[in-house]
Amino acid sequence: MAARRLKLQAFRVVVFAVCGVFFLVPLGAMLEFSTRGNDVASPRTLAAWQRIPSTPQLADAITASLELAVITSLMMLLLVLPTMVWVRLRLPRLSRVVEFICLMPLTVPAIALVVGIRPIYIWISINVTDSILALAFAYLILVLPYSYRALDAGLGAIDLKTLTEAARSLGAGWGTVMLRIVVPNMRSAILNAGLLSVALVLGEYTFANLLNYENLQVAIQYVSLVDASTSIAVAVAALLFAFVILLVLSLIGSGQAVDKPKRPALARIGSWGQRT
Amino acid sequence: MMNKQASSASSGVEVRLEELRRVFAGVVALDELTLTIAPGELVALLGPSGCGKTTALRLVAGLDEATSGRVIFAGTDVSRLGANKRDVGMVFQAYSLFPHMTAIQNVAFGLQLRHQSSAERMKRAGETLELVGLSGFADRYPLQLSGGQQQRVALARALAIQPKVLLLDEPLSALDAKVRARLRDEIRRVQLDVGTTTLFVTHDQEEALAIADRVGVMSKGRLEQLGTPTVIYSRPATPFVAEFVGLTNRIAGEVKFGQVVVRGASLPLVKADTPNGPAIALIRPEAVSLATDGETSSGPLAGTVIAVAFLGATSRVTVDLGDEIVLAQEPTSQASEHPAGTRVRLTLRPDPVLIARDEKTAAEA
Repeated sequence: MAARRLKLQAFRVVVFAVCGVFFLVPLGAMLEFSTRGNDVASPRTLAAWQRIPSTPQLADAITASLELAVITSLMMLLLVLPTMVWVRLRLPRLSRVVEFICLMPLTVPAIALVVGIRPIYIWISINVTDSILALAFAYLILVLPYSYRALDAGLGAIDLKTLTEAARSLGAGWGTVMLRIVVPNMRSAILNAGLLSVALVLGEYTFANLLNYENLQVAIQYVSLVDASTSIAVAVAALLFAFVILLVLSLIGSGQAVDKPKRPALARIGSWGQRT
Repeated sequence: MMNKQASSASSGVEVRLEELRRVFAGVVALDELTLTIAPGELVALLGPSGCGKTTALRLVAGLDEATSGRVIFAGTDVSRLGANKRDVGMVFQAYSLFPHMTAIQNVAFGLQLRHQSSAERMKRAGETLELVGLSGFADRYPLQLSGGQQQRVALARALAIQPKVLLLDEPLSALDAKVRARLRDEIRRVQLDVGTTTLFVTHDQEEALAIADRVGVMSKGRLEQLGTPTVIYSRPATPFVAEFVGLTNRIAGEVKFGQVVVRGASLPLVKADTPNGPAIALIRPEAVSLATDGETSSGPLAGTVIAVAFLGATSRVTVDLGDEIVLAQEPTSQASEHPAGTRVRLTLRPDPVLIARDEKTAAEA
């Protein structure tokens, strides 16, 4: 028994180490490259990192990508969550159809999607706006399968029908039901869906490039043509940013689980409005 | 102890259901249910799964829309109002407390939606929790409460908003027998205290008969009989009610001119106009009494005890009559006189009996 447990422990350590090497070696190499001096003998320098804010092309692209990440996540939540709740409660027969529609972008290559939506974007850029933020609509399709899966798992973990009916019978309208009952009970699922959306948008290249928009990944590619060190520094920074978001979200999630029973409810009852 | 403030505002209203009908994809779930519940009355809808009782409750709550018919609270037609506008309190079969809120936050939720100040709703929520005996559990989350405690908090939450009507959808079915019996009595006590008109749905006849002012027995979407528990049990209007409420022996007999002859014994009929011919008489176990007989006893009402089930003060005795099995219920002290294997003679009390359709004869016809 003890020998088996030891073997299992060893297996875990090996898997963890292999995965760690797989992820950390390229990161380390990128970090090493971005801090390399002009030649092999030169000392380490942060010059490439310092050039990030002073490269206008990059600064604009970072801002645009962050804005796109926020807009896409919000649009995804506003569109997908109420739809899924409604389908589960009122139109369960359509759940397969909605699942099929949401997962369909996974089966269509990005290049094919772009070819399909390119005429629409040409029309949008001529008649409505040429802002890069219009990409959020395309990104909404892109993040749909991943956010759908995360939210579906969250909805499956609660007794949605009973909770909503209980709230309705107490006098809650649908808005209150969503904000005060559904959202707080699937906070982890919503955070996961949001994180996946942010990560996908920050790493997206094909859509932006083929639709002639300059987001973070396109800018990194352009900058790499003239300044490879800075482009790698930005790539590392983007990865670290995603890592920090992941860390913060997981801390928030675990913090809730641990904290909940300890919090004095009587003290919080007066501040519900702000909390939810 | 009941708090005066908790009780004062919940005066019951009359609830009328007029020809309520609900059809799901061509299947009639509720067939023109008409029922009036007096202010402060507790009416239980009793019936097997799929009989339409929960459908009726959901139509009253506004959680489902009737195909036709009306729901009237205190003379006002609420049929077109949404669930959040009907002013009903509801306790569900499944645990329905909001998991992210403590017990007191759950109870105060409905009050906050009614724009009560923080101090008012905390006071009221505390009082209502006290009413259900859980004032010491205010800060607990649902996960930290037992099933029975969760349902009591749910009851407090439903009552805190001082609803016009209290709806209970099998609130005890997920609980173990002991907790169920205790909470059943507590629900009745609280309901009598606050005087809220209550509709209680259950498939458990013991529950319905124990706490309701009147019981409505439902079958296949229709109300078979509505009456006090005593009437429902002792004078069932239809064979379905007789068989669903309490145990019933089905003994072959023959209807002859307003009486039924069962194994040589003549018994009066509930419906004197029952046509002559072969029939199945429905006889309660407590209408059958036993006397220990000699080993050689014979005749249509002589048999052998094959089992004695101890039920506490009474025991249920199973007697094999050779071609039929009959149940008798009698005080345990008497039942102990004829253990399994004893020859006994049955006596049938001459209560009016109901006749069920004789399926064999019907099939032959």
